[in-house]
Parts: sequence; structure tokens; C-alpha cells
Amino acid sequence: MEQQQAKNIDLEVRNLTIGYKAKNGDAIIADAINFSLREGTLIGMVGANGIGKSTLLRTLTGMQPALSGEILLYGKKLRSYSGFQLAQFISVVLTEPPASKNLSVRELISLGRQPHTNWMGSLSSEDNKAIDYALEVTETTSLSHRKCYELSDGQMQRVAIARALAQDTPIIILDEPTTHLDIYHRAYVLKLLKKLATEANKTILFSTHEIDLAIQLTDYLIVMTQEETSFDTPCNLIESGKFNTLFPSKTIAFDPETGRFVIK
Amino acid sequence: MVKTATYRLHFVLLFVALLIAFFLNVSLGSVAIPFGEVVSVLTGQGASKETWNYILLDYRLPKTITAMIAGGGLAISGLLMQTLFRNPLAGPFVLGLSSGASLGVAFLILGAGAIGGVLGVLLMNPWSMVLAAGLGSFLVLLAVLAVTFKIKDTMAILIIGLMFGSVTTAVVSVLSYFSSAEQLQQYVFWSFGSLGNQSWQGVFILSLCFAAGLILSVVSSKSLNSLLLGENYAKSMGLHIKRTTVIVILATSILAGGITAFAGPIAFVGLAVPHLVRQVFKTADHFILLPAVLLYGAILMLLCDIIAQLPFTSYTLPINAITSLIGAPVVIWLLVRKRKLFF
Repeated sequence: MEQQQAKNIDLEVRNLTIGYKAKNGDAIIADAINFSLREGTLIGMVGANGIGKSTLLRTLTGMQPALSGEILLYGKKLRSYSGFQLAQFISVVLTEPPASKNLSVRELISLGRQPHTNWMGSLSSEDNKAIDYALEVTETTSLSHRKCYELSDGQMQRVAIARALAQDTPIIILDEPTTHLDIYHRAYVLKLLKKLATEANKTILFSTHEIDLAIQLTDYLIVMTQEETSFDTPCNLIESGKFNTLFPSKTIAFDPETGRFVIK
Repeated sequence: MVKTATYRLHFVLLFVALLIAFFLNVSLGSVAIPFGEVVSVLTGQGASKETWNYILLDYRLPKTITAMIAGGGLAISGLLMQTLFRNPLAGPFVLGLSSGASLGVAFLILGAGAIGGVLGVLLMNPWSMVLAAGLGSFLVLLAVLAVTFKIKDTMAILIIGLMFGSVTTAVVSVLSYFSSAEQLQQYVFWSFGSLGNQSWQGVFILSLCFAAGLILSVVSSKSLNSLLLGENYAKSMGLHIKRTTVIVILATSILAGGITAFAGPIAFVGLAVPHLVRQVFKTADHFILLPAVLLYGAILMLLCDIIAQLPFTSYTLPINAITSLIGAPVVIWLLVRKRKLFF
């Protein structure tokens, strides 16, 4: 843990309020959000449906403006980066599938190189190396000539992660990368993210509903509830009982011994 | 995205096919001209008969060039629209772009009667036809786009396009009620679509539109590639969505608007050719699709024009009818074969 404390801070959030601007006052979704994401760590984000996980992720990736507070990317305000500059630092994996199913796997992944290529998007040997690496790490090399419409959900998710990897950014942000996947692929994807954080020194933030898996694998967790947004290591969060406030306690309760939710 | 070299042979074959279609198109027509004479005219030596010289240089050659530009340009604008709207059914005709151009031309031809006099005469030069058609299609596209920003549902956008078509028909019938039979005939013939009767000046203007549209399409090809992932992914890779949208729409309206002004509304080329090309070229890369679609569109239009000319007879069928007769079955065949259209 002390070793991680020494690591650089990539992304820092200070007293952030997220939500939507509206004519009759702002619709605040969550406020008083504070955390810092350190280099080479895996951070999970959990919370009930509709609590604002996607909104927070969209705000962090600059797709949506913050209502107030600060987001600092490498010490500079997120808003001071242009879209093109931001693409050098943050890559994303979204819940939506690619619009065109006609792309081959390799084509899709090579699109991740766009922030690095010239106006024609032609690939240098360095670009091809990054693509090959992304294919290899996500074990999609054998799929590289398949079309997207031929892929299963699990394969598609690996390809989406490979595209983000090919973009070669220090930070990767994923919105619910484990939805629609079976238990094997859920564990596979999360272990892959863990591996990328520790071995490739990526800073990876993902939202998920797999709380038990996230507790086992992540370095830090962001827990979003109606009352507050907490950020800490999974162990500390269990000790302070934060997971009990996640859902209405009538139906399910968190068991700190096993790190799972049980039905009451 | 992936190496172009793999498709080199494809492109060589396509180029040869284009040359053959070009010579066939120039050689065939209502007047039979020996092939040797055609070659000697095209190489600048002149034919043995002065009328053949005239027919080839002042009628058939402008028509052939117009056919190639119209086919290639419409196919490209179809490709651009399919990617921009991320809808396999998109095309200049379906989205009401041609309706917009028709409306512009209808206002010009039929409205010239209403305004009348010197202004009416002034309005009747080829540049104003281009402007009217271009402006008409541009306005319709802006309206469609405004809807796109509000409604995310692609089906709704197509319905809006159809509605624009209905409005156009209605406005045109109101205009025709107030116009003379002569003007009405002029408009109706324009709406049949015709590649012939182009002056060299007209061909020059058309080529300028085509070149401008082509340059804009090539410039936005990288952005179009990233749009294949969807708007949010494209944005996350640093794409300026609004700027790209404006450039692509500008390219489409210059291409489709210009072509529609000179050759009338020509159906199905824009919709069908990109899908045909995707069957042959197993890629989604616009840097490969764009030239392929251009060549295929040009070849297809040359062949359609040969059929429309009904060689060795004095009849000419409306080109719009021929492209529909060929294009519609192609789309149906693709759908039946693949069960789903991709873009």
C-alpha cells in the first residue's frame, strides 16, 4: 500500500458536482466527490442503477461539463485540454457497440491509433506494433480478420478493450465492461484489467455491478450512494460499512466475512 | 486502416472495366459510328464525316463524362450519408436531398414565369440551375441534420426525408398550377433525368462541383472511419464532430446538388453502389471504399446510359427509370442474400 502511495497522481477530482444544466436550475446527480487516481492502479466504481456512475464517467472523460469543482489531469484542468490532446491521455470503452458491424476486428482496433496517425490514418510500423500488442494481450489475435457481426459479446468486449489499448493512453476508463457477459468472461475481463494495471502500468477506472469481484481485484473503489460518494481501498470500505448503504437493506445485506451480498 | 496493396489488382481491373465502358458508351448511340472512327476522333485525328465529328465531340463525349461524374459522385455521396447517419438506407434520394434539389429547380424554372421578364431570363443560365439545386439540397440536409441532433432514432430521420419528398411534390404541383405548359414540360423533362444535351461549359461546371465534393470527401475520410465506431467513440479519439458533420454535408450537397441540377434526380445509384462495393471489398476503410465506390458508380452509370440510349434506335429512355430498374433489384438481392445491410 505504501508503494502505491508513492505513485504519481494521474487524475484528481476535488469537490466535484456532476449533473445536467437545465433552464430551471441545475439537476445535481452527485456532489462532494473527491478522489485521486494513481498511476498503475485499478479502480472500480460501484453503485445502484441510476445513481450517476455513467454521468461521473462522462464528466471525467470530458464528454459532459462538470457543474462545479475541479478535475485535474496531470495537475492541469481537464477543460484546458482539447479533444485531440485528451485523446492522448484517456481512452474509453463504452457500453454501446460500434456503430458499424462491418468493421473487421483489426480495422476496429487500428482505429484506436487515430490520435497518433496522419490525415490519411496510415499506419506506421510503430502503430502496427501497438495494434499487435493490443491483439495479443486481449487474446484476440486469432479473431483479427473476423467481422464485428460475427463476434460474441465476450469477444466484442475484449476487442473494445484492445481498441482502447491500441490508443496507448496512460488512463483507460470503462463503462460497465462486464455487462452481458457470463461469469467466466466477467472474471476474465476484470483479471485482464488488473493485469494491465500492474504489468503495463495503466491507470484503469471502470464502473461495474460485480461488487464481489471488484472487492477482490481492485486497488481502490468508488462507492456511490444517495448520501455520499466514498473513495478508499476495498478493505477500508468494508470496515467502515459503506457497502451496507449501497442498496435498501430490506432486500439484501452485505456480508463482510465473505465480501458478498446475501438475500435477506 | 489496413494495407491498400491487397486491393491493387481489384483497382486495376476496375480501371480497365471503366475504360471499356467508356469506349462502349461513346461508340453506341442512335447513329451507328464505326469503332475505328470513334478512336480516331478521340485521339484527335477527326472522323471521315463531319457529322460524326460533331456527334462524338459535342454530344456523346459530354454525355459520357457527365455519366461518369454523375455515377461516381452520387455513389460517393451515398457512401458519405450512410456513414454520417450510420444508416444503411441513407442516400441522397432517400433523405430527401434530391427532393430539395428538385424543389430548387422547380422554383427556378416554374417560378421564373411568375417573376418573369428580365429576371426570368437571367435566372435561366446553367450556373443558376446549379445554385438552385445545390441550395435546395443543402437546405433539406440542414433540416434533416437539425432533426438528427434532436432525435437519435434513425428511422425518424428517414421518415422526415420522405416527408420532405411529399412537401416537395406538393409545392411543385402548386407552382405548376401557375406556370405555362412550356415551363412545366421543361421541369418534367428535367425530373426524368438526362445525361445528354450538356454543353461543354455545363460539363466544366459539373466537373468543378465534382472536384470540390471529392476533395472534401477525401479530406474527411479519416473522420468518417472513426465515425464507424459511433459518435461517442469518435469524440473520445479527438474528433471534432460538428466540423466533420458540416464538411460531410457540404461535400454531399455539392456533389448530389450539382449532379441533380445537370442530370436531374437519378435514383438508387447512391444507395446501391456502396452496398455492392462492400460485397467485393471486405473493408470498412473509406480510403479504399471511396475510390472503389467512385469507379463502380461511374461504370454502372455508363452501362445504364448505354441501355437508356437504346443503341441504333432513335429512342432515349429516362435515365432515372433505368437506374431504378437496375438499382432496386440489386438492393433486394443484397438483402435477401445477407439478410441484413451493413454500412
